[in-house]
Amino acid sequence: MVITDLLADYAPFLFSRKAKYATEAGEPIWGVMAQFDDVVNAYHAAEKMRDAGFKHWDLHAPFPIHGIEEAMGIKRTILPFIVLGAMFTGVAVAAGMQWWITAVDYTGFTVQGKPYGAWQPFAMIIFEIGVLFSAFASLFGMLMLNGLPRWNHPLFCKDRFLDSSDDKFFVVVEARDPSFNPEQTSRFLREIGATAVELVEDA
Amino acid sequence: MTSFHPDKVTAERLTGNKASTGPQGPPRDDGTLLEDPSVRSPLVLNNRSLHDVTEIVCGYAENPPGKWWLPLFMFTATVAGIGTLMILYLLITGVGVWGLNNQVGWAWDITNFVFWIGIGHAGTLISAILCLFKQKWRTAVNRSAEAMTIFAVICAGIFPGIHVGRVWFIWYVFPIPNSNAIWPNFRSPLLWDVFAVSTYATVSLLFWFMGMIPDFATLRDRADKRLRAGSGLSKLSVQCPITGIKFFSLPFSADGVRALVYGFLALGWRGSSRHWHRYEAAYLILAGVATPLVLSVHSIVSFDFATSVIPGWHTTIFPPYFVAGAIFGGFAMVLFLLIPAREIFPNFKDILTLRHLENMAKIILVTGMMVGFAYAMEFFIAWYGGNKFEVEVFINRATGPYWWAYWTMIFCNVVTPQVFWKRSMRTSPLAIWTVALFVTVGMWFERFVIIVSSLHRAFLPGEWHMFFPTAVDILTFVGSCGIFLTLFLLFLRFLPIFPLAEIKAVMPQGDPHGHSDDHDQSDKNNAEGGH
Repeated sequence: MVITDLLADYAPFLFSRKAKYATEAGEPIWGVMAQFDDVVNAYHAAEKMRDAGFKHWDLHAPFPIHGIEEAMGIKRTILPFIVLGAMFTGVAVAAGMQWWITAVDYTGFTVQGKPYGAWQPFAMIIFEIGVLFSAFASLFGMLMLNGLPRWNHPLFCKDRFLDSSDDKFFVVVEARDPSFNPEQTSRFLREIGATAVELVEDA
Repeated sequence: MTSFHPDKVTAERLTGNKASTGPQGPPRDDGTLLEDPSVRSPLVLNNRSLHDVTEIVCGYAENPPGKWWLPLFMFTATVAGIGTLMILYLLITGVGVWGLNNQVGWAWDITNFVFWIGIGHAGTLISAILCLFKQKWRTAVNRSAEAMTIFAVICAGIFPGIHVGRVWFIWYVFPIPNSNAIWPNFRSPLLWDVFAVSTYATVSLLFWFMGMIPDFATLRDRADKRLRAGSGLSKLSVQCPITGIKFFSLPFSADGVRALVYGFLALGWRGSSRHWHRYEAAYLILAGVATPLVLSVHSIVSFDFATSVIPGWHTTIFPPYFVAGAIFGGFAMVLFLLIPAREIFPNFKDILTLRHLENMAKIILVTGMMVGFAYAMEFFIAWYGGNKFEVEVFINRATGPYWWAYWTMIFCNVVTPQVFWKRSMRTSPLAIWTVALFVTVGMWFERFVIIVSSLHRAFLPGEWHMFFPTAVDILTFVGSCGIFLTLFLLFLRFLPIFPLAEIKAVMPQGDPHGHSDDHDQSDKNNAEGGH
C-alpha cells in the first residue's frame, strides 16, 4: 500500500491510486482542503483535528507555528539519529583515511621525528569531516523524510492554496484517511472554523 | 502571606501583567531598545501584517531595483573583471608580478585570504550561534549575512589557490591517488586549512540554501498566482539600459522564468507542518554543528601561523584572537553593506530596525575590546616569555618601518569602536557605518601587520627585506572586492534578502496563542463572522 502510494506520487503516468470518491465531474478525489485566515484559528483547528482522530491530514502554514507538534500530535522526528550516524561515518572515514595514508601506505614523511600513526594531527580533519557529513545528513535527511524534492502535488493545482506560503493556513485531509468522507469531513472542517472548504482532485 | 508587595507595579510589569507606564513613556517607534525590560520593542515596525511582510520582501526580488542598481552593478563587475585579468596576468607571467620576495613569502595574498575568510565568519555566527541562543533579532540580518559569508569565502578561496605559483598543481592538496604515489601531508596545518575552509564553504552554502527553501516557495507561488491570473504574461524584453529602446522580446514572461527557477529551487516545498517540524529539527542540528565549525575554521587558519617557529606567529593566543577578530570584522562588513541597503530600499527600515543596528554595534564594541585585549596580551607575553627575538619583533611592529600599519590597526580596531559607549552613536546609522568602514580597514591591516611585519625581519640581519605591493597586488585585491560586491548586488536583486518564514514566526501575528489581551474576543469574532 505504501509503496504503491509512493509510486503513484512520483510516477503518476505509470501508476494511479485507486480513488474511493469522485467529484461530480468524475475526477478522483485526493482530499479536502480548508482555509483558515488566522494562526490562532488554525492552531485550534489542528487540536480539534487531532482529537477527532484523523490520521492522514496536515496543516500547511507559511511559517513553523510554535507548538504545532503538540497541537497536531506529531511524533518527534528520527532525523537526529540519522545525523548522528552520518557524523560517526564521517569521523570514521576521516580517521581511517588519514591513518591509512600516513601510517600505512606512505610513510615517506618524517615530520620532526613524530610517530607516523600519531592521532593528534588528525583531530582537526576528523572534526571537519564529521561536521561536513552531519551537515549533509541534516539537509538531505530532512528532505528525504519529507518526501522532497517533489515538484508536483495535487494541492498546487488549487489557486487558493498558493496563499499558503503568504499568510493563509490550510488544513488538508487526504482521501486515504480511514475516516474520510467528502461531505462529512467538509462539514466538520466548516464547524471548526474554516473560512473556505474545497475538494482537491487527484492530479 | 500577605498581598502586600513593596513594589507591586514593578512586579506586575516584570511578569508582563501590566503595560509599562514608567518614566520612559510609551514604546518608541524607531525600534531601539527600551529601558524598561518588560516591554520589548517590536522586531517589525509599523504594525505590518504577514501579507505586508511578504509583499515587502518579495518585492525586492520581483520589482525593478531602481536606477542605481544597474550602473553600480556594471561598475563592480568591471572592477571584478580587472581583478580577474590580474589573476590571468599572474598565471601567464608568474608570481614575480607580485611584490613578495624570498623573505616575505606570504604577503598581500595571504593577508587578503585571512581578511576575506574572517569577513566570512559573521554570517554563520549570526545564523548558528544566535539561533542556538534564541536571539530572535537575528531574523532581520541572518540571510544577508549568510550570503555575505558565501561570497567572502569565494573571495578567500581565490588567494591561496593562486599564490602557490604553479596553480596547475593545486590539486596536490586533495588526497587523490596519483601516479607519483604521493599523498598530502596530514600533519601540516596548511592541509587542515584546506579541509576547514572547504567544509566551511560547503556547510555555509547548505545552511543558506536550506533557509531559503520556504522563501523560494513563496516567490514561486506568487509568480504562479500572477501567471494563473494572466497578469504576468507580458514577455520579457531586452532593452538598452541607457535609452530604454527595446531591442527584442523573448518568448517567455518574467513570471514564467520565476515560477520555473524559484520553483525548481523550492524543491516542491508546500509548508506542511509535518515538514516544518523536521525542517526546524534539521535547522537546529545545522546550527549546532556549524557553531563549533565557525570557531574551528579561524582557529585552524591561525594554526597556519601559530604552529610555525616565526617570532610574532608562534603564540597560543592566536586561535581565540583570530576568532574574535573574525566576528568583529564580519559584523562590521554586515553593517557596512546593510546600512546603505536600508537607506535605498523602500520599507527596509521596518524589518531592519534601529534595534538591530544597536545590537550589532554592541557586538562590535565587545569584540573590538577582545581584539584590543589580544593586542595588549601579545606584547605582554612577548616580554613575560623572555624571548629576545619575540620582544624585538613586537617592538619592531610598533616602531619599525611598518609602524604606520600597526598604528592604523590600533586606531581603527581599538579606538574607533569606543564611540559605541554612547547610545546616540549606537543608534546613528551614519556613525555605525563610519565605524564599520574603519573596522573593515583596520582588520585588513591587522592581517597585514601579523604577516608582513613578522616576516620582514628574520633572525639574521642578512635576511631583512621590506615588502612593497605592486600594482598587480593592489588591483587583485580591489578586484576581489569587486567580485564580492557584484555577487552581493545580484543577491539583493534576485533572492529573498530576508528570511520570510522566520520573520513571520517571530511577529505577533505568528503567535498561535494570540498576541494581545483582547485577542480572545477578536478571535471569537473571527470564528463567528468569518471573512
